[in-house]
Amino acid sequence: MTERLDLHDAEWRRISTKYAVVEAVGLLIMGVILSAATSIPTFVTGIQWLVAIPISLGIIFLINIALTPRRVRAIGYMLREDDLVFRRGLMFRRVVAVPYGRMQLVDINRGPLDRAVGLSELKFVTAAASTGVVIPGLPEQDAEELRDTLVALAESRRAGL
Amino acid sequence: MSDQREHDEHESQHESQHDDSVEVESAPLAAPILPEQARRLADGEWHRLHPATPFLRGGIAFLAIIGVIIVNARDFFLEMLFGGDNGFEPFDRLARAGFLLPVILLVLLVLILSVAGFYFSWRMHTFRITDELVEVRSGILFRTNRRGRLDRIQGINISRPLLARLFGAAKLEVNVAGQDANVELAYLGSKGADDLRVAILQLASGTRAAEAAEVAGVESSEAGVAGIVEKRVNELFAPELDPNIAPPESIVRIRLPRLIGSIVFSEATVIAILVAIGIIVMISVTGRYLWLIAFLPGVLGLGGYLVSRLTRSLRYSIAATENGIRVGYGLLSTTNETLPPGRIHAVEVSQPLLWRPAGWWEIKINTASQASSSSGATAKTTLLPVGDMDDVHRVLQLVLPSLANDESRELLEAGLAAGAHDDAYVTSPKRARVLRWFSWRRNGFVLISDAVALRKGAIWRSLVLVPQARMQSVSMQEGPLLRRMGLAELRVHTVAGPISATIGAMDREDVIEFFEQVGRAAVVSAGADTSHRWRSGSVAQNPTIASIDQPEARD
Repeated sequence: MTERLDLHDAEWRRISTKYAVVEAVGLLIMGVILSAATSIPTFVTGIQWLVAIPISLGIIFLINIALTPRRVRAIGYMLREDDLVFRRGLMFRRVVAVPYGRMQLVDINRGPLDRAVGLSELKFVTAAASTGVVIPGLPEQDAEELRDTLVALAESRRAGL
Repeated sequence: MSDQREHDEHESQHESQHDDSVEVESAPLAAPILPEQARRLADGEWHRLHPATPFLRGGIAFLAIIGVIIVNARDFFLEMLFGGDNGFEPFDRLARAGFLLPVILLVLLVLILSVAGFYFSWRMHTFRITDELVEVRSGILFRTNRRGRLDRIQGINISRPLLARLFGAAKLEVNVAGQDANVELAYLGSKGADDLRVAILQLASGTRAAEAAEVAGVESSEAGVAGIVEKRVNELFAPELDPNIAPPESIVRIRLPRLIGSIVFSEATVIAILVAIGIIVMISVTGRYLWLIAFLPGVLGLGGYLVSRLTRSLRYSIAATENGIRVGYGLLSTTNETLPPGRIHAVEVSQPLLWRPAGWWEIKINTASQASSSSGATAKTTLLPVGDMDDVHRVLQLVLPSLANDESRELLEAGLAAGAHDDAYVTSPKRARVLRWFSWRRNGFVLISDAVALRKGAIWRSLVLVPQARMQSVSMQEGPLLRRMGLAELRVHTVAGPISATIGAMDREDVIEFFEQVGRAAVVSAGADTSHRWRSGSVAQNPTIASIDQPEARD
């Protein structure tokens, strides 16, 4: 294994490990629905080899679910002096740095699965759509604290567009 | 957003307080710098639009319909009087059915109602321009009210469609950041529009805010009198801000042969030729002329595109003004846009393959406002339709004044040249040539003064420049393939536009280092940036004007 794209001497703050459960359950539901939907042609037409589609889909989802804990561990964020750095992805690694002053708004979202385990998702929005900083799996308390911190930081370093 | 809004509110309150304190001690009148009309329009009171507005906004079609009805009616009455019957006239039929009178009454009623409607909609359509915002109210039944903050202005666009030009009217569009967030003043008197733009830009530049703050520091007093606003405007427009009413000299001239050449040798033409070859081959192989019809829509579309590109670039001009860059174009319907400093989020200098022998380049930009008008949308993103190396440098200095020094020029030239490993650009390692067959020597990045420069492409050369003060965020990423090769991709995020500042297949360590460097530099630049009120902060003198070397007289 070659080394991964990462910042040197970075101390990442991890998200809650409970988020792995949310991810896994979400993937499971998705996988079941998709497999069921793609297996309909087999029953309708009676062509045997069409069964390969739902089976391969199922396998892909199972692998994905098995990798979920590692993927969740790969998610991290860091509040540096002037910017927020966010990292995610195992296979497709992405690291983003956003200066606090660029913040346009912060969203906190809770899906039904998130709510069941008491987690929130924090979205940091800038004027660029491609920034895409969404920190999932934060305990509700932490998410709100983080939001307030970010707003305060953005306020003190406010910049134009 | 809400928090920022709040902050803005606070700020504006402060500013208005300062303003109040100024009003008291307005000195004797300075020489009137702005024409009377513009001053009157920008005085913070509600004003109406040009009286011809209803006709220009679709009233013409209405008049045409009435005309058709009247012509028909005349024929009918003539026939009634002098006999002769062709049986299929609409009035004839109505008369036979006994509906003639009610129908005429109905038409009259509709006519009166619509004239009244046009009149009232014109009466109700008002706008005002204050120190802080530009606001438009309109509508009779459904009232709409739109405000744009002056410090968020991304550009002011004056367009004169052919019809409006005949009436001596112009449309003024104030672009505020955001999708379809334009405040449109359609239509104004043609001269008034130009003057009003100057007035709005001066208000937006923070001239007043800065001076007000200064004065308030010296002497603070209680609330002022509202009646002397005009005098204050006069007083505060200091002589050095004298708006050059005469249109400034364009720094780039596009001659007609070059313009036509650039279109003939563009990619669209290549596609057109390929399509033509395709059609000929198809016809000769199958012997059916039906293929012509199959390709017809495409050919028409392409032709339309080429013609619109030509007319759009005719009479192109770009010039530096007190309040930013002014770009004008158009032969019959003209458009004239002013971009205040610091409103350009990314710049791309690119060269289609066929332009290379001639040494021509094109410059595109990203801005935070997306024009809603179809005519403006494409033209707005093209800052320079075609130009040689000198033109490119002049325009780049205009949009990114910090790149005016020799070192930057060298880097820019290297960015546009063929590229090798021996310049300042950090380029792709040799192992990346699997992914960048021809361009791996060129593919690279560097920091030029306060902009990020990404150099890409060997066949379609381009150089993307992102001013760090405008950069929103930076990211680096890798997929399984890049990871195996020890490579990574870097992206600089800007507001949406035609340019995406992305560079792939770079060495991983280089990317990480550059990522950190850009991140740090962006924070510093953003902190030092005051262009949202471009004359209020430390940049008292407009750097745009100062650093432009005037073009020598060119043949």
